[in-house]
Amino acid sequence: MAVTPGFVMLAHENLDRAAQLARFLAGQGCPVAVHVDARVPADRLAGMRSLCDGRMAVRFTRRLRSEWGSFAIVRATQEAAGLLLREFPHVSHVALISGACLPVRALDDLRGFLAAHPDTDFIESVDLRIGAWVQDGLSEERFTLRFPLSWRRHRWLFDRWVEVQRRLGLRRRLPPGIEPHLGSQWWCLTRRTLQAILEDPRRREFDRFFRWSWIPDETYFQTLARRHALRIDSRSLTFSRFDHWGRPHLFYDDHAELLVQTDHFFARKIWRGAEGLYARFLDPAGVAPRGTRLEPRPVERPFAEARQLRCEGRPGVLGMGRFPCRWHSPQQATPRPYLVFDGFDALLPGWHRALGAPGRVSHGRLFAPDRVEFADGAPVWTGNLPANPRIRDRAPDQFLIALLRHEDAAQVSLQLCPGDHPQMMAFIARDPNARILRLEGAELLAAFRAGPGPGHAPRLAPPSPPVTAAAARIWHLADLLADPAGVLGAVLAEAWGEAAPVPALPLPRLDGLADFAARLGHADAPRLRAAERARLGREARDGAATLRAVGE
Amino acid sequence: MRPLRAYRLRLERKARRWRAHAKSFQLAPLAQRTGRIRPGDILLFATIRNEAVRLPFFLDYYRRLGVGHFLFVDNDSTDGGAGFLADQADCSVWVTGAGYRQARYGMDWMNHLLGRYGSGHWTLTVDADEFLVYPHMDSRPLAALCDWLDAAGLKAYGALLIDLYPRGPLSGAVLGPRVDPVTVAPYFDAASYQLRRDARHGNLWIQGGPRQRVHFADRPELAPALNKIPLVRWRSHYAYVSSTHALLPRGLNRVYEEWGGEKPCGALLHAKFVHLLGEKAAEELRRRQHYAGAREYAAYARQMDRPLWTPRSTRYEGWRQLHGLGLISAGGWL
Repeated sequence: MAVTPGFVMLAHENLDRAAQLARFLAGQGCPVAVHVDARVPADRLAGMRSLCDGRMAVRFTRRLRSEWGSFAIVRATQEAAGLLLREFPHVSHVALISGACLPVRALDDLRGFLAAHPDTDFIESVDLRIGAWVQDGLSEERFTLRFPLSWRRHRWLFDRWVEVQRRLGLRRRLPPGIEPHLGSQWWCLTRRTLQAILEDPRRREFDRFFRWSWIPDETYFQTLARRHALRIDSRSLTFSRFDHWGRPHLFYDDHAELLVQTDHFFARKIWRGAEGLYARFLDPAGVAPRGTRLEPRPVERPFAEARQLRCEGRPGVLGMGRFPCRWHSPQQATPRPYLVFDGFDALLPGWHRALGAPGRVSHGRLFAPDRVEFADGAPVWTGNLPANPRIRDRAPDQFLIALLRHEDAAQVSLQLCPGDHPQMMAFIARDPNARILRLEGAELLAAFRAGPGPGHAPRLAPPSPPVTAAAARIWHLADLLADPAGVLGAVLAEAWGEAAPVPALPLPRLDGLADFAARLGHADAPRLRAAERARLGREARDGAATLRAVGE
Repeated sequence: MRPLRAYRLRLERKARRWRAHAKSFQLAPLAQRTGRIRPGDILLFATIRNEAVRLPFFLDYYRRLGVGHFLFVDNDSTDGGAGFLADQADCSVWVTGAGYRQARYGMDWMNHLLGRYGSGHWTLTVDADEFLVYPHMDSRPLAALCDWLDAAGLKAYGALLIDLYPRGPLSGAVLGPRVDPVTVAPYFDAASYQLRRDARHGNLWIQGGPRQRVHFADRPELAPALNKIPLVRWRSHYAYVSSTHALLPRGLNRVYEEWGGEKPCGALLHAKFVHLLGEKAAEELRRRQHYAGAREYAAYARQMDRPLWTPRSTRYEGWRQLHGLGLISAGGWL
C-alpha cells in the first residue's frame, strides 16, 4: 500500500506561517487538519482560511481553548486526527506537528522512510519508571496528582494545590492495564494505532483519567500507544530542544546547517521571521532527497553551551549581564590560576623585573597603596587596565579579575608586600586560584628596611592574613636570615616547578634585624637571633665576609 | 523590600511620570506620523541637538536592524537636522527650545513620548551617537531578539556603553554623513570597567573605559556611568530615572544575573570621540545644560589633546569579538 502521511497541525500564533506550512504540505499530497486555538481572534483565522482556500486537503477543526499543560490540547488532537482519518481514507500515517514546525528533509524521504518501516509508530515513549525524561518539574506526580488549575494563569494556587495533595497524601490510582509513559509531544502514528486509540472501548475511562493529569500532551498518546502499537520506535521525527526553563529553543536562518545535520524530518520551533529557513525548506526543489535512512547525528554541544552560559556563565566575566552577588561564596571568583609572591618584595624591592620570561608575566606590587606596578613598568595592561591606584581602588577585586581574564600568558605572578591593600591580601588568601609563596615575618623586614622615620618609632604593617582557600608554601624570616640564597633558590624552584636558573640578585645584608626585632619586643626576636648567629657562624667558617649573590 | 521603601520608589516613579506630562507641553510637533506605527513595531526614541551630520548613518543603521518608527525630540538645533528628519517617512519629530537640564537631560520628554506611543512596543532609547550591538546581529534582526526576550519573559535588555576613539587626534577622525563611526574611531578599552550595584534602584553602576582612564584619572569616582538599559518592552507606567541608566519599577533594572549565570546583554558603541567633540564641548560649556554643570565637557575641553589610544587598545571587529571579551552575552540565546 502506498504511504501517505497526513498531518495534524496545532497552531496558536503566527497563522500566516502556519498557513504557509499547511499549503506546502497539502501541495505535496499530504492532507492537513489544522486546529487553531480558540483565543486567536476570528479575523486572523479568516485570514488563514483564505490563504488555504482552494486547497482541498486542508481542513479546520473545532476550536478549543488549548492552554499549555491542559487536556484541551489532547482533545484538539483527537478531533483533528479523527477528522483526518475519516475524510482522507488514503492517509496511512498521521504526524502531529505545530504551526512553528518546518520539514527539514524532503517529504519523499519521509514517505520512503515510513514505507521501509511498516507498522511502526514513531513516538518517543519512555517508561516513567526507567527513563529520567523530564528535565525540570514534575514527573511521576503528573499521573498521581490532580491538576485542575492552569499553571500559567494561577501559578501560586497551582503550587499550593500540589503541596496540599502531597501533604494529605491524595493520590490517584491509574486505570488498570496502562503503563505510564512520557515523551515528546510530536509523534507520527500509523492509521491502525491511531484508530485503535481513538476507538478504544475504554477511551472514556482513559480520557477521564488524563483530563486531570499534568501536561497530558506528553503522556496521553505516549502511554496509550504502548497499549495498541505493533512496533514502537521510541523517538520523535521532529527535532526540538528545550532550554533550562523548559522553553523550546528557536531556530533562525543561521541554524540551517544545524537543522539539516540533525537529520530529523521536522524541526521545531522556527522563528516566524526566519525568511531564509522558510524559503529553503518550503521549496519543493530546495531540499535534495537523501534516501530513506535516518541517521541522526548528535548536535548537543551548542545546546549544552548555551545552557552553561545562561546558568553558570564564564568565569571572570563581570558585566551588564553577569554580576554574581548572591552566590554562596564570599567573593567574586577569579578565572585562572596565578602565582603570588607574598613578602619577598620587602627583601628585594622590584625583583619581579628579573622574573619575567617567555610565557611568564611577572607583575610587581599591583596593590601597593600609592602605585600599580605592572610588568615592565607598563602604564596600562591588556585591555587598557590603567596603572592608576585610584581607579584600581574603586574595585580592586574586579581589577585583579579583569587582569587575569584578559591575560594569555601561561603563568602570571604578582607581588604582595606588607602594607598593600588589606582587602586584596585577604581576597587572595581566600582565592582557590592563588598559589601563594609567602615570607612570614615580612612586615618586620619591611619596617627594618624602611629605617626609622625621623623621631618616630618604626611602625609595623599588619601581618599577612591566614591562608584559607589558596595553596600556600610558607618560609619564615628566620629561615631567610639563616640562609638567604638557599631560601630564594627554593622559592623560585617552587614557583616555576622546575630547577630554573636563579637570576643574579644582590641580596641586602640583614645584620641587625634580630636586634631590631628585639627592640620592638617582637615575639620572633629570639628565633631571628638564633638564625643570625647560625649564619654568622657558617660565614665565618666559609671565610666569606660578604654575602654572595644568588646564582654565582 | 520594605513597604516604606517600596512606597517611596512608587512616589518617585509617579513624580517622573508627572514631570513627563508637565514637560510634554514644551514639545511642538514638526512632523507627526505616529499613526503609521503598526502593532509590534520596534520604536526608537532619541533627543538630538545639532547632530545633522550623524543622522543619515544613524537612521540607516537602525533601519537595517528593523526599527519600525523613529520618534525624535529636537532640542533647538541650528543645523537643519530637524528638517531632515521631518522629511523621512518613518520619523516623527517634535521640537522644543526649552532647557535640556530642566527637562532632566531630555528624559522628561523621552518618558512622555515613551508613555504615549511606546506602550506595548519594544522601545529603544538611545542618543544619536550610540549604536546597539547584540549577539547574532549579523544574521538576526532586532525583532528576533525582541521575540526571544518575550518568550524568555524578559522585559528589559541591558547594554554596556563602550566608548570608541581614534588612534590619532580627534581632529583627524572626521565623521562625514553616512560614514560608519567605527571606521574613523575603531578603538575601545576591553578590560577597565568597575561594577557595583545601586542599592536604591537595584541597577548596576558601571564606570571605566577611556573617559575614566584619561579625563577622570584623578577623580575616577566622577567618571560617567556606562550602564544602560536602552531596550525595554514599554508599559505606560514605566519611567526612566536618570538618562537610560535606570528605570522604575525597580525590577526592570535586574537585567543582570545575580546567581552566577549570564543574562543576555548587548553593548552601545559610543561614537562621541570624533572631530565633532571639540565644537560640542565648547558649546555645551557655554550652555551649561549638561549633568553636574557639564563637568564632563569641562574635562574634555581641558584635555582635548590627550590621546586616548594606547598600544593596549582593542580594535573593534564585531559582536563576536565583544562576546569573546565578555562585554556582551548571548545569555542562552542559541
